Amino acid sequence: MDWLTRLLAFLSNAIVNIGDWLQGVLMGWGLPEASALLVVRAVGALVVGFFPLIVVIFLIWAYRKIAARIQGRLGPNSSGTWAGPWGIFQTFADAIKMIVKEDIRPQGIDPIPYNLAPMLVVFASVMLWAVIPFGPGRSLIGTDLSIGIFYILAFSSAALFVFLMAGWSSNNKYATVGAFRAVAQLVGYEIPQLLAVLTVVAVAGTMKMQGIVDAQNVIFLAAMPLTAFIFYMASLAEINARPFELLEAESELVCGYFTEYSGMKFGMFYLAEFMNSVAVAAIFTTLFLGGWRGPWVDQAPILGTLWFFIKMGLVILTWMFIQLTLPRLRIDQMLNFNWKFLTPLAIANLCVTVLVNKGITEAFPGGAPVWTRAGILLLSNVLLVLAVWGVSALGRRQETRRAWRAAQATELEVTA
Amino acid sequence: MTITLSHILFALFGLMVLGGAIAVVTVRNLFHAALWLMLVLFGMAGLYVLLEAPFFAAAQLFIYMGAIGILIIFAIMLTRAFMRQPMPRANEQWWLAALLAAVLLGVIVFLILQNIRPNIVAEAVPESTIHILGVTLVDPTGYALPFEVASVLLVMALIGAVTIVRER
Repeated sequence: MDWLTRLLAFLSNAIVNIGDWLQGVLMGWGLPEASALLVVRAVGALVVGFFPLIVVIFLIWAYRKIAARIQGRLGPNSSGTWAGPWGIFQTFADAIKMIVKEDIRPQGIDPIPYNLAPMLVVFASVMLWAVIPFGPGRSLIGTDLSIGIFYILAFSSAALFVFLMAGWSSNNKYATVGAFRAVAQLVGYEIPQLLAVLTVVAVAGTMKMQGIVDAQNVIFLAAMPLTAFIFYMASLAEINARPFELLEAESELVCGYFTEYSGMKFGMFYLAEFMNSVAVAAIFTTLFLGGWRGPWVDQAPILGTLWFFIKMGLVILTWMFIQLTLPRLRIDQMLNFNWKFLTPLAIANLCVTVLVNKGITEAFPGGAPVWTRAGILLLSNVLLVLAVWGVSALGRRQETRRAWRAAQATELEVTA
Repeated sequence: MTITLSHILFALFGLMVLGGAIAVVTVRNLFHAALWLMLVLFGMAGLYVLLEAPFFAAAQLFIYMGAIGILIIFAIMLTRAFMRQPMPRANEQWWLAALLAAVLLGVIVFLILQNIRPNIVAEAVPESTIHILGVTLVDPTGYALPFEVASVLLVMALIGAVTIVRER
């Protein structure tokens, strides 16, 4: 087992070692230290930027394969042309096809916003990855900003206008209406998502991504399942997964805001959507599943990356199952679910959790035991769920009574 | 004075803000004006980053670009004049706007001239600026009262909006 320990130790420090080695080489060429550091940082940024691309290429393959199996098909395979074992290189072939396709520009478009939108949408998705912690320490995270999670929310929110840009500049009414609908959905579901994140930040006491991971001696999914549920539902809508897949409802909007895009420009939107989904899964893992934490991480930090990807994969898998089983909601159902259920629930959850958490801190001056805090938070969550269920049951009963009374009244009128 | 990376970035973001601002008021296409405004807001966020105020930078992106900018685009898309492109640059109230802008400029210049302190040395930025910000906002000797007043104002605006759109 000695070689295994040594290998893990080497891998754990690999990124730092490579960075130091590169800096040494550059300084050996006569560059001043500051410039060498700048180059190393730039290379690091490039790696962080390209990493999601590689993940996404395999995720698209996995998505198609799993979707096919759920639907009783084979999915991409190597019959006919050679696409590797189990069709693993299918996505590369698709990407090449998209790149070499003719660039079709519809008449009457507004060229600058039309061409800028696909670039900006990918830019915003890549930027999210800068603060996601793939492992412990400083080396496996782009940069551990003090505003961590708020940075992610800010970038995903600031990028929303790009959809309006794409939809409007396409000179197509379906695209414009699709852009409106996309922004209405994404802005709306941002609110419960933000409130859920705020709850986590209040309990963790920090916005740093690594700090949130460190705070989870008990994973937040176990301590605050309601918060996790709110975040999960809101992120399903944010990534445009099936029950909320109203952004490109073909029967109503053709293809949503990117109706008029084709070739690689369409590919950019497709890519950004997948990149966003992976980023949101990574954020869910960090906020609620303890990020890279797992057994033996102290001995070999690189194992943290493995746990992180296993957890992230599980989150994506649940999304795929939901996406491939549930039918699509109507637009009014989607809006009602957000504004009349999820947002009030998120506000109540924030108030209750923050008060209970503060109460625990006050009740145990020397610091509450880990399991006590988690247990009390869980209890408050259960009570809140029961209260919400009671209130909604009461509301339903009143509604039934009102309908019954109205029916009685009309009946009396008819007989009279 | 040596030119460092932050000088270059400051010049870049400054150009972004000023150029964008000029474009906002001069382009004849309302939608393009809104997009230029987005560039201005993004440049402002960059300036906040250079001032080592990451929280303000993120809040700038989140609130100004993600909420107010979107609201402006929605609002101008709902106006009837939006489809009559290109728009005239100025309407009949241009002199009022010019007057207000001139007064505002005068006030800002006056305040800057009042507060010029030569040989100012920048203090080191504290480690946890967010923590300090949070404490100051709820501290009675700090900004607790303005904070509460602002939140009451926002709640009033929310209730007002609901009352206006309610079906009667």
